[in-house]
Amino acid sequence: MGRGLKIALQACAVLVVALLVALLGWQVFRTNEGRELAGRVDAGEAPPAPVFDLEDLDGEGSVSLSSLRGKAVVLNFWASWCGPCKDEAPELEAAWQRWRDRDVVVVGINLQDFDTDARRFVDRYGLTYPVLQDREGWTWGRYGLKGLPETWFVNTEGRLVGERFEGPVNAEDLDENIRLALGSEA
Amino acid sequence: MRPLLFLAVLVALAAAGTAAASEEQPTLAELEQEVICPTCHTTLALSSSPIADRMRAFISGRIAAGDTKSEIKSKLVDQFGESVLAAPPKKGFNLLVWLLPLVAVAVAAVVIGLLARRWSRARAPAAADPSSNGRAALDPDLERRLDEELARFDA
Repeated sequence: MGRGLKIALQACAVLVVALLVALLGWQVFRTNEGRELAGRVDAGEAPPAPVFDLEDLDGEGSVSLSSLRGKAVVLNFWASWCGPCKDEAPELEAAWQRWRDRDVVVVGINLQDFDTDARRFVDRYGLTYPVLQDREGWTWGRYGLKGLPETWFVNTEGRLVGERFEGPVNAEDLDENIRLALGSEA
Repeated sequence: MRPLLFLAVLVALAAAGTAAASEEQPTLAELEQEVICPTCHTTLALSSSPIADRMRAFISGRIAAGDTKSEIKSKLVDQFGESVLAAPPKKGFNLLVWLLPLVAVAVAAVVIGLLARRWSRARAPAAADPSSNGRAALDPDLERRLDEELARFDA
């Protein structure tokens, strides 16, 4: 085997190994990024909320988080098969009705679900706030979700504030954190 | 040789027939092995989560409706993304996952072949020397000294 060919083969092998290590590192970084975000919110920091642009449940339009800048956003991650999601759905709809005229928007993000089941859920609980479909589970990784439901609060500057709820959220917690996201005690 | 070839053709035809039948008339058990539960990241066969139960019900419904395996998988991908498939589809970027191992095996075979050729060439000159009777030729200086020693011994 010529010296040139030997060097070329060695270079190829090193390149392939480097590529695999880079892929592994990228995956680890992405996984940790979401977990780190949850940790920062829990520590009382206000990190920027990962932006998303997702289709609504009917596939007739999409909503991006950046388009909601200037409003306080309640992000609720849910699925129709999840029991606690059923418990909190009426609370979220009630909060939406209480706050919708004061620059607050509740956004439901449906994950790991069938469209038909999600629509049935929305009809059953009479949800009127925007519900988006995250088919690829993009927000799951970026927000470091651990399960469903989870509820996060985004302030008017697009930063995550207040508490982060794993499990059902009640009216009192919703109101308190919405006020915080609005930056007022109104 | 011919019976072996005939047997290989028979096995290939049988496998192709089974694959075609599986595509046209899939079973829940097959698809449970080929579909991933999005919450627990194991195959449906290993999962008892609520969404896995729901997916099993969906698959059974589609089988009863006469869907092929590809159609059922396609509908699941529409709902949950490609990560719902246990094995990536053989198209686009995913094709790399299928091709890279084959390329790696081919490259390894070529490298081993080249090395084997190199080693055999290194030994060939010794074997090819007719004066050495199949053995490595002696150093001329050593041969001269040996002849001298033998001559002294004979004398």
